[in-house]
Amino acid sequence: MNEKLRTAAIAKDNFQNFLFVLPAVIIFCIFYVYPFLNMIFLSFHEWIGIGPMHFIGLKNYTELMGDHIWWNSIGHAAYITLIALTFQNALAFALALACDREIRMKRFYRVVFFIPPVLSEVVVGLIWNWILNPEMQNGQHIGLLNSFLYHSGFPQLVHNWLGDPQTALTTIAIVNSWKGFGWGFIIMLAGLQTIDKQLYEAARIDGAGRWKAFIHVTIPMMLPVLAVVMILTILGCMQVFVLIIAMVNEGLVNHTDVPVTCIFSAMQNTNRFGYACAEAVIFGIILVTLSFLTKKVTDRFKQA
Amino acid sequence: MSTRFSKYTAWKMIQSTLIHIFLMSVTLTCLFPLLWMFRCSFMTNDTVFVDQGLIPHHLDFSNFASAWTKGNFGVYFINSVIYTVSVVFGIVLISSLAAYAFSRLKFPGKNILFYLFVAAMMIPLPGSFVALFVLMTKLHLINTRLGYILCMINVGLSMSILLLKTFFDKMPHDLEDAARIDGCSKIGIWLHMALPFARPAIAVIVIFNSLNVWNEYILAFLLLGDSNLMPLQRGLVVFQGANSTDYPVLMAGLTMAAVPIIMVYLFMQKYIVKGLSSGEVIG
Repeated sequence: MNEKLRTAAIAKDNFQNFLFVLPAVIIFCIFYVYPFLNMIFLSFHEWIGIGPMHFIGLKNYTELMGDHIWWNSIGHAAYITLIALTFQNALAFALALACDREIRMKRFYRVVFFIPPVLSEVVVGLIWNWILNPEMQNGQHIGLLNSFLYHSGFPQLVHNWLGDPQTALTTIAIVNSWKGFGWGFIIMLAGLQTIDKQLYEAARIDGAGRWKAFIHVTIPMMLPVLAVVMILTILGCMQVFVLIIAMVNEGLVNHTDVPVTCIFSAMQNTNRFGYACAEAVIFGIILVTLSFLTKKVTDRFKQA
Repeated sequence: MSTRFSKYTAWKMIQSTLIHIFLMSVTLTCLFPLLWMFRCSFMTNDTVFVDQGLIPHHLDFSNFASAWTKGNFGVYFINSVIYTVSVVFGIVLISSLAAYAFSRLKFPGKNILFYLFVAAMMIPLPGSFVALFVLMTKLHLINTRLGYILCMINVGLSMSILLLKTFFDKMPHDLEDAARIDGCSKIGIWLHMALPFARPAIAVIVIFNSLNVWNEYILAFLLLGDSNLMPLQRGLVVFQGANSTDYPVLMAGLTMAAVPIIMVYLFMQKYIVKGLSSGEVIG
């Protein structure tokens, strides 16, 4: 009898405890798990968003393999990511190194560098769209950049930065780096500050100069932090979309397409929900693979 | 000896000057576009193309008024506030309940559920919005505040649960035991002990999710077609599409969207730095 009462009490206890996680689990299942599974399900179907669905097996995927617009869009995102990985992260690291010392106004710099990252992509995109405005009025360049170039003696550099397919993507990548370097800076600075100063002392006693200490102490100690920054950069930049919408509107579609743009246009412009889901699945796999590879490569370096 | 010393200090001074020049030039690049936006929001359509000085000759405040009423930014702004407040409140409530249970209470399937939440945070789902749109259409939640709020709660949930759980794990056990002996219920312990204990972690969650909701665009674009329901970010793009040449009013709208977030950041940056460096928060 006592045993029975005890198990009943435990069951009631378990149930009460489960009620704590229930709201989270419900929301998670409805808005995360179900769409996730449904995305995979839909990717094997042809469907216009309404009416009957047709199972077509892997046809969406085989079509996707030969879709030049899609692979170009991956290339565009990869280009933006590459600039972020090199230029943006190098800048962030240099700034973090410059601030990781006794220097005046350190707090000020730290506050300022993180302002662009807290702004939305829409705000950043529209401000730069205005600064890069290519038009002229009454013989004056109305965009700040072109006006500056004209008045500071470089009129030959005046350019329609976002309108020219040759420069549009690079311009977007630079604005993207402008918005993003503060993230890396803050994380790297926090990482640098956790390095034990005795390590530098020991390196100095062993006769290592500044440069050697940097190579043999700073870099190895920073590898895990650099890996995190790299993974965050890859995931963030590959999914860039809103910034581009805000900067170029619909103007230059094919030259500045990124994967998310393609998914949106498959869904909204051509009503091909199944195809959009197939793109989403492939894109998700690419992202997971990229971050996994980054992790692997940095782990390899850590062991060496 | 003394010459060597002065050489050393001179080199130090040159070095620190160079570093400051480097840092200042980046600072300028960060701030100048924002100052330019701010400046242009005080000009008129006639002067904005002519007056090239940094400080306009004539300050015109009418842009903010016309953005607020004619540009519909008043509605957008209030919507953004509604969404941010209700989503953040929902996330704090739901995630703190769940994180407390994951940290302290026993029930079958606990570990599996927790790892599911962690995995959800790790796996990026860039295209799940297609399926989400399908789901919301089925549930008749397209073009409703509730639908957007629920979706945004889901976006911030995993990260918040993870952060709070690691915090609750550090809570001393004896306090809880004492409260339980005094007859405090589980929900009472959560409310009176766990929540106050986790205040710093909750501050981090509130700030990161506020930034995230205030700045969100994609789901707002997808789910809210009615301009009376749109948040600021969506409204800005709609306005720019409709009045592509009315730059001063657009800049006033941008200022309205940017200034609150910069203010929150400036007052709360202690927590932002803490959240970034402790939890590797994915933004």
